[in-house]
Amino acid sequence: MRTAPGASDTELVALVLALLTALLVAAPVISLMLIALQPAPEVWSHLIAYVLPRAVSDTALLIAGVGTLTLLIGTATAWLASSHEFPGRTALIWLLPLPLSVPTYLSAYVYVDLFEPLGLMHRALGLMMPAAQAVQWLPSVRSLPGAMLLLAAVLYPYVYLSARAVFQAQGTDAIEAARTLGAGRFTILRRVVLPMARPALAVGVALAALETLNDIGASEYLGVRTLTVSVFNTWLNRGSLAGAAQLSLVLLGFAALLIAIERIGRRNANVELSAESPRLRSRTRLRGLKGGLAMMACLLPPLFGFVLPAAYLLGESLRRSLSIGIDPTLWRDALHTVTLAALATLIALGLGLIVVLAARWREGRTTRAAMAVAQLGYALPGLVLALGLLTPVLVIDGTVANLFRAFGYPSPGLILMSTGGAVVAAYVIRFLAVPTGLLRAGFDRIPRDYDDSARAAGAGRLVTLWKIDLPLLRPALVGAAILVFVDCLKELPATLLLRPLNVETLSTSIYQYASRGSFEDGALAALIIVAASIPPVIWLTRFSDLPE
Amino acid sequence: MSRFRAAALALAAVFVPFGAGAAEQVNVYTYRETKLVQPLFDAFTKDTGIAVNVISASSGLEQRIKAEGANSPADVLLTVDIGRIDDAVAAGISQPINSAVIDEIVPAQFRDPNGQWAGISMRARVIYASKDRVKQEAITYEELADPKWKGKICIRSGQHIYNNALFAAYVAKHGESKAEEWLRGLKANLAQKPSGGDRETARDVAAGKCDLGIGNTYYWALMLNDPDKKAWADATRVVLPTFEGGGTHVNLSGVVLAKHAPNKANAVKLIEWLAGEKAQQIYADANYEYPIRAGVPLNPIIAGYGKLKPDPLPIAKIAANRKAASTLVDKVGFDN
Repeated sequence: MRTAPGASDTELVALVLALLTALLVAAPVISLMLIALQPAPEVWSHLIAYVLPRAVSDTALLIAGVGTLTLLIGTATAWLASSHEFPGRTALIWLLPLPLSVPTYLSAYVYVDLFEPLGLMHRALGLMMPAAQAVQWLPSVRSLPGAMLLLAAVLYPYVYLSARAVFQAQGTDAIEAARTLGAGRFTILRRVVLPMARPALAVGVALAALETLNDIGASEYLGVRTLTVSVFNTWLNRGSLAGAAQLSLVLLGFAALLIAIERIGRRNANVELSAESPRLRSRTRLRGLKGGLAMMACLLPPLFGFVLPAAYLLGESLRRSLSIGIDPTLWRDALHTVTLAALATLIALGLGLIVVLAARWREGRTTRAAMAVAQLGYALPGLVLALGLLTPVLVIDGTVANLFRAFGYPSPGLILMSTGGAVVAAYVIRFLAVPTGLLRAGFDRIPRDYDDSARAAGAGRLVTLWKIDLPLLRPALVGAAILVFVDCLKELPATLLLRPLNVETLSTSIYQYASRGSFEDGALAALIIVAASIPPVIWLTRFSDLPE
Repeated sequence: MSRFRAAALALAAVFVPFGAGAAEQVNVYTYRETKLVQPLFDAFTKDTGIAVNVISASSGLEQRIKAEGANSPADVLLTVDIGRIDDAVAAGISQPINSAVIDEIVPAQFRDPNGQWAGISMRARVIYASKDRVKQEAITYEELADPKWKGKICIRSGQHIYNNALFAAYVAKHGESKAEEWLRGLKANLAQKPSGGDRETARDVAAGKCDLGIGNTYYWALMLNDPDKKAWADATRVVLPTFEGGGTHVNLSGVVLAKHAPNKANAVKLIEWLAGEKAQQIYADANYEYPIRAGVPLNPIIAGYGKLKPDPLPIAKIAANRKAASTLVDKVGFDN
């Protein structure tokens, strides 16, 4: 055995931390299971007879649609942007990930307003034909296909980002060998590039699918009755929290299936880099019509996912700030939002890295299970997660309060609930799957020879990690940081239920307006969410570019 | 490590000051949006010197209060409709309000016989009718299932809390099998699958997708005051429908006094103040609601709908039939 000094201690610490992380994520799930233990048979006979057939088929169709669309859009744009040179490429590279910053429910509101009767589209058509006739030409946004397109337009960056991270650092040997053998660009894409990128694509699509599964606001508004919507109706109207908890566990099963599919996508993938250092492939220059087409292909997705909604929000907020002025509490809300999101991002990246390292250093059932559990949170709708988290968080808070009292100090109140700790915990649990998934895909591509050589040379685990693994993982780390941070900025249901008294974030503030039926009044808050996501996305996109 | 510490300090600096230190305070958990109720709380603080700390959410507050247990800072829970009040009482997080002032101001129909909750203001669930295409003046809820409206009605999801309460009232009045028949009839009259919100419903009527829309009174008033949406309101008129032999269905916004309220005296003071003339006037004017207190003038837009005659069915009866209503909505495939 090649054992560098101190290595086993480091491994043991990582193992313990990984297990604690798994416990953190499992806590709300266990608490849900306890709620689900109460029998709710009459709810189930009703659900099976009247609700589930429709809910399951709508959910499956929505996920299949969004999954296919995000896979196509994300892969195509990432491939074009990373291995081709065409007009506008430099600008498009930072525009492409930006739809991430647009919350799904906001995008739904914007498109309904633009495309429904009496909206901008209707008025534009009205210039060419009578208004009553123009109504016939309007697309039906509030429909299943509408929901698919709308969600895909904002979720494709999950695939784009993970695909780009891989395409950029693609091993050049195989590609050059293929080229020498006379293979064209598309053959190389199909036979070499895509098979090597399969694990990363699977991660991206799985994330987009899980995000779809979590969505409530947009689906409900667009009239799509998904399983997630059913969970809420079961809890709130059918009056059965136990039934709702049981149904959420079924949802978790759905999600586990998605994760399993992702695993299968990764199986047999021989994706480690060759032992030579990765270097950037030279990009093929596309000119003329081809260049124009490539530009259009990379422009349309962010146009619908980002530019149009952002322009709409900008217009609405300008009009409102000119006529009504800016709500002074907005800046405080923005500070709350960014603080919570930044803290959660740092913690999630750290815990994700630990879980993946533990699994790499000590391969075995325990560490694999810890990693699987750590990814569960993404499968829980935000509000379900928040409900599950209430009990564990408040057991801790209650214990602390009682300890203070037992030692004669005044009670500090509910520590986690009153400081925002509960919100951060919810974010970390909810989004831990992102760094875990991306870092794992990143590690899969680092040959173990690297580690072995470093350690044979006497370097410990941490030194190897710092000097070799982390630099190679940079694109994965960066991608994960963008995704988690922006996801936290957008998160609504868990923030609503778990935040401290007198604390509003940007998304809870938008919600306040939207539920009054005047979401345009929250346009400025929405615009700030979008704007706050732009600098990290640009900076991190640049940072993730391998040196040319 | 120092980055974590800096972030932790920043977090503490951002969050800790709120709600701590004020001498007299009351903590409100609310299902009504903060922006809507904040003017009320500001006026209350000005009147009494008692600071109000607020958290608003769309669901789950009673679960939070329950989990917080004896340590819960919650004093008062404010709701949008009877549904959440019912959940709160069922979760065992309430205590009797025991206020002679409330008993005097709030009509018995709009408060719990056991004193666990009281209504504070109302919105009516009404019809937005196309001015051009609907000439009929009075419409009953029962009539909405009449085939003469086939393909002419728009409504949001049947599981939405406002529709749930309306359908529950129907069940309470006519029984389950009649209600099922009515829901099937209403479903058959829908111009499109239920989706969107009350505001989209008004818009669909204005655009000619349907002739009748079912929505709440204040959405319409809000639209009338928004230059962009005035056209939608202008194309429609509000009809106050009634149950046959009854009145108009109202959504009751209510209050619950939390079981472990740490500031109970202030909480009762707030509840009584909310039923007072000043607060009731704010509800009427700023929020376009119907005051619960007799003698408070309505906002002119709301008054323009005609005289509201709230249905005499005790609100508690509606609460008791919520689940049945939800079940029927699934059974007839209302949202499909």
